[in-house]
Amino acid sequence: MSTPGHPAAVAAVALVVLATVLVGGFGLRISRTTSDFYVASRTVRPRLNAAAISGEYLSAASFLGIAGLVLVHGPDMLWYPVGYTAGYLVLLVFVAAPLRRSGAYTLPDFAEGRLESRQVRRLVSVFVVGAGWVYLVPQLQGAGLTLRILTGAPGWLGDVLVASVVVVAVAAGGMRSITFVQVFQYWLKLTALLVPAIFLVLAWQGDGRPRVSFDEQISVFRADHPLYATYGLIVATFLGTMGLPHVVVRFYTSPNGRDARRTTVAVLALVGLFYLLPPVYGALGRLYAPELMHGDAADAAVLLLPARVIGGLGGDLLGALLAGGAFAAFLSTASGLTMAVAGVITQDVLPSRGVRHFRLATVLAIAVPLAGSLVVSRVPVADAVGMAFAVSASSFCPLLVLGIWWRRLTPPGAIAGLLLGGGSALLSVAITVSGAVRPPGWPHALLAWPAVWSVPVGFLAMVLVSLATPGRIPPGTNAAMTRFHLPEALTSGRVR
Amino acid sequence: MTGAGVAVIAVLVLLLFGTGFLLGRTARPVRTSDVGTPVEHATFETLHTASLAAPPLRAGLTEESARRSARRLRSLLGTDALCLTDRDRVLVWDGEGDHHGADVMRDVQGLLASGRDTAFHSDCGDLDCPLRWAVAVPLTVDHRVLGTLVAYAPRESAVLARAAGEVARWVCVQLELAELDRSRTQLIEAEIKALRAQISPHFIFNSLAAIASFVRTDPERARELLLEFADFTRYSFRRHGEFTTLADELHSIDQYLALVRARFGERLSVTLQVAPEVLPVSLPFLCLQPLVENAVKHGLEGAAGPRPYDSVRAGNEPIRITISALDAGAEAEVVIEDDGTGMEPERLRQILRGEGGTSTGIGLVNVDERLRQVYGDDYGLVIETGVGAGMKITLRLPKYRAGVHGS
Repeated sequence: MSTPGHPAAVAAVALVVLATVLVGGFGLRISRTTSDFYVASRTVRPRLNAAAISGEYLSAASFLGIAGLVLVHGPDMLWYPVGYTAGYLVLLVFVAAPLRRSGAYTLPDFAEGRLESRQVRRLVSVFVVGAGWVYLVPQLQGAGLTLRILTGAPGWLGDVLVASVVVVAVAAGGMRSITFVQVFQYWLKLTALLVPAIFLVLAWQGDGRPRVSFDEQISVFRADHPLYATYGLIVATFLGTMGLPHVVVRFYTSPNGRDARRTTVAVLALVGLFYLLPPVYGALGRLYAPELMHGDAADAAVLLLPARVIGGLGGDLLGALLAGGAFAAFLSTASGLTMAVAGVITQDVLPSRGVRHFRLATVLAIAVPLAGSLVVSRVPVADAVGMAFAVSASSFCPLLVLGIWWRRLTPPGAIAGLLLGGGSALLSVAITVSGAVRPPGWPHALLAWPAVWSVPVGFLAMVLVSLATPGRIPPGTNAAMTRFHLPEALTSGRVR
Repeated sequence: MTGAGVAVIAVLVLLLFGTGFLLGRTARPVRTSDVGTPVEHATFETLHTASLAAPPLRAGLTEESARRSARRLRSLLGTDALCLTDRDRVLVWDGEGDHHGADVMRDVQGLLASGRDTAFHSDCGDLDCPLRWAVAVPLTVDHRVLGTLVAYAPRESAVLARAAGEVARWVCVQLELAELDRSRTQLIEAEIKALRAQISPHFIFNSLAAIASFVRTDPERARELLLEFADFTRYSFRRHGEFTTLADELHSIDQYLALVRARFGERLSVTLQVAPEVLPVSLPFLCLQPLVENAVKHGLEGAAGPRPYDSVRAGNEPIRITISALDAGAEAEVVIEDDGTGMEPERLRQILRGEGGTSTGIGLVNVDERLRQVYGDDYGLVIETGVGAGMKITLRLPKYRAGVHGS
């Protein structure tokens, strides 16, 4: 990878980092100052909220990882963008509106409100922290890779840089979730990927439209049971999106259940639009940077393409745009996750509250994944993110779906499902990234893509234990169900 | 470090956490065996069992509490079977021979009516069944029979009858405590209802007078104001729901200020800074309006009021009020600030202790108490003030609290 980037790329990264620190540190006053109550009490519109959700959701896996996987493994990997998008469909159909109506701000809130149990709340908190950490590791590793490609700096530098920027921005600026900043992040990421893509496609046409062929044998090993791995991926991404801590938090901003649904529809459109682009980079990368197939740096395809295909100043500038966009992706997702994890740590783990504790929690929230990202072997970014989805799908999906749609869920059932489903998924992920079980063979496949079996385990455990403890159905279940499923205007008794 | 090493460490850490968790949950004070004579030992044993049976019963006589305490009660009595009933049905049957369960209610009918202990022979068809005799004692609270405790034995036993009576009395004490808990909760609920903020009659009177003054000169404005007034009172007088959302509360404050402006013209300048993320936050109904009212009052006191302090404010200087609601993680922070006369901190302290005496600050005390009751003592009002320095009131609202649902 001896393609040190143009200074422009470094400048773009520096700009994005600086902007993030400033927004966090000085708390950019974008909140509206007005004397007009009508303006002040205007809630966040679904489309705006959707852009904010997308801005926080589109991570390093989306920006770099998918293209890298498509480049190496071919069109099979298109299940990644499909899964990342379709997760919102499941969220829309089963969860969005009832979750909003429950009034919960975080997943532990939902668990406590629905099951009236502090124990379940604490257990859910543990899983939020666990899934958040698993999700943070690939973000940091992606940053390390990007920085290495751009400047030739050692790999750990990017990890540390992003981690420290996030700590400074989140801890100093506090716990604001600034909708407008996140909206801006979405459009920045989309632009950063779209504009170079247009130029690349034009250059490809000018080149006489060579055919992209995926026939060449893949030398890099991924899975010896590709069909199983694909199903594992599909289950994890379809069912895991609903439990991502930084996504759930944003639904609170919707004024009511109906708007939460509309927001989700808009997210589907925005995220779907974005995911059209990474496969383009993957295919062109196969054509113009085939040597990436054999290294461990396939994730860098997106960053290298402009210089390869277009070259000159134009290529450098487009590369700079991409690098900036990639860093925006790391920083927005990482700070969103860190904020969510730190919030849970402050509320449910540390003894008392206060800003000082939140800062301590922020450091803790990012220090563990940073250590993880430096120690564990590098798994392709998109695969590593898939693991976070698997943990979320095996623990939060049963809790949310059964909690919302099944009256007979009991606290012991929820605990059993979380421990067996989520716990086994978390353990599998830990074993896989530690490299204790190596491919080939079924053991590795089962542990690397656990969702196929851990999601049913989670659901089954929750259902069976709940049925075995009918006496423990929380007394407020009917009231909670009514609130979840009826429009707010009905349950509040107000006609407007 | 090799991957395998990391895996081993990870698994060890997990195991450690698990063990710690289990130990923390199961650890009980270790009973020392050197407690003296066997009699003393038996006494400790009994007291310990009794103390274990007590907490579930503090929840009142329900199926759940009966289930959790029955085994301990049975080991206190040392019988083969024990049954707890309420007035209508068997709550729990602990021990063998639960086919008697169906007959119990028939056997204790007399007891439920009379409230006196009864002993009866169980006419069991099963020859092997050891439960031949039973003693039933009432569980009474305030002279009302809430249920019965029935202990079964193979043959008549005066000791068991005596012991059952004593245990039942002990259970009754626990149930009385449960009753006490319940009335304490009811008291708090009643207090919350009583604390429900009320808009002041003066405000209604003044508003109507101000609107009346516009009826001839500016009928259109008068009409608008009347509509605002109707909306405001509908919101303030509503009877359902303890909670509302920040967006609705702000809306009501807007109407309130429109009515105040009708009286004082454009002297009132209000600046709002509201993060849209916190608009859906739930909060106790009419929690901000009294604070804004307070701010307006202070601003006016400086201008034309009874001048309790040396005032530096000219007659028609504008009154500035700032209302901000910002996002702070799992909480929203609402700040209401005015540049009025402010207040001696010591006097404010008196008012908040309920020793104010005057009508000023009643709203403050009320809001403070309601916030503390709903969210706990950490969430009271924080007020910064000084004479001539205005007043800044900060309140923090958790975005989620079990049981708090804005409607």
